[in-house]
Amino acid sequence: MDVDWELVGSSLWPIVQGGLVGTIPLSLLSFAIGLAIALVVALMRLSRNPVVSFIARAYISVIRGTPLLVQLFVIFFGLPSIGVTLDPWPSAVIAFSLNVGGYAAEVIRAAILSVAKGQWEAGYTIGMSRTTTLRRVILPQAARVSVPPLSNTFISLVKDTSLASLILFTELFRRAQEIAAFSQEFLLVYIEAAMVYWVVCLVLSAGQTRLERRLDRYVAH
Amino acid sequence: MSHTSPGTNAPALLKVTDLQKSFGDHQVLKSIDLQIGKGQVLALIGPSGSGKTTVLRCLNGLEIPDGGEVAFSDGPAVVFDSGTTQKQAQVLRTRSAMVFQNYNLFPHMTVLENVIEGPVQVQRRKRKEAVAEAEVLLARVGLEAKRDQYPHQLSGGQQQRVGIVRALALRPSLLLFDEPTSALDPELVGDVLKVIKELADEGWTMVLVTHELAFAREVADEVVFMDQGVVVERGHPEVVLRAPQNERTQQFVHRLLNPF
Repeated sequence: MDVDWELVGSSLWPIVQGGLVGTIPLSLLSFAIGLAIALVVALMRLSRNPVVSFIARAYISVIRGTPLLVQLFVIFFGLPSIGVTLDPWPSAVIAFSLNVGGYAAEVIRAAILSVAKGQWEAGYTIGMSRTTTLRRVILPQAARVSVPPLSNTFISLVKDTSLASLILFTELFRRAQEIAAFSQEFLLVYIEAAMVYWVVCLVLSAGQTRLERRLDRYVAH
Repeated sequence: MSHTSPGTNAPALLKVTDLQKSFGDHQVLKSIDLQIGKGQVLALIGPSGSGKTTVLRCLNGLEIPDGGEVAFSDGPAVVFDSGTTQKQAQVLRTRSAMVFQNYNLFPHMTVLENVIEGPVQVQRRKRKEAVAEAEVLLARVGLEAKRDQYPHQLSGGQQQRVGIVRALALRPSLLLFDEPTSALDPELVGDVLKVIKELADEGWTMVLVTHELAFAREVADEVVFMDQGVVVERGHPEVVLRAPQNERTQQFVHRLLNPF
């Protein structure tokens, strides 16, 4: 098979551009909002109030128990039936944020629980409240523990944003689909798109390693 | 320098009355009474499971007793019942500070940050002033050079001395030590005991849960022997540790002094 290098050359920039204006902003914004949701949900799950804890459990269960694609479709195609019509961009941000929130909540909860009980007591005994102990003592230590699993969540998210192409959001993969349909070079263009995703994830993995090393400075090796 | 015993003449700093605590069906404290004079050192000894650590934790509000009273003569007093909350108990922490068996230093903070965390974050003292005070305290335990290191870079004995400095930095009127040398390698015990001894000589009021009977004999003004949730015997260390009256105390002291 002959590789059409001219097509590879002319299609690369539009695909990368799709990543720059679609995939990356969508991933970053959804991850940031998702983490905020996750922290709240994780603390709710750890709450001693059974109602609060139940709400968090139910949320996590629904998010993890239903396909991401279905969640996207409910928001973009479903909500207009009750009068809520959203553009592709806000629909995608909402769906991905809620999704990250559900998964990352469990990561953060586990990380909080991994901090030794004596750390809570040390915080209390120097006079801190529960909230202050959480903020000053527990979360900084939990953050270190949760970097590897949260990096996984983020890398999954970057790849999952390709699903947004199905609700008409222009990102990396939708660009590739358009070029493939036009050129009829499906194998070539889709492999090209795959490579671009891969490069993005390589960069993220390298970032993860650096972050872990930075946070590990206070840990014995 | 020998520590003069204020005996019963010292004005009481802390009074503990009828302290009771159960974990589930197990009653770990059955009506404990204690009185600690200002400047006094009280050593709590007894076999594991006797309730001595629980008493100490109750004094700091880390455990909530089911009943009884903990009262500082010139400060907070808490009367406990089944409805007492963490919030109500935590006023005790404004007067006492705890040193843990496992140090429980904050691993993500440097030595200095560990020490000033309470003064700055909780007591809202000026950072500069807290740092200056922390440096003086660290120097006294020989750790001024370690101020910017993280706890994992220190030996166990050094970590525990930082634990003591962290407690002192809160300017408490009562120091609580929960088996402060039990997690240490034997050769590091001496450094920590030396610091505690100096504090005792300086007139700090302290309650010390310990297995180091020789040390208790040297620093304590009063030794309280507990077993199965009750105070079995109390008195001057020379009496309780050398010539105990009670049979259970005799057995315990004998076993600790003659392990083989």
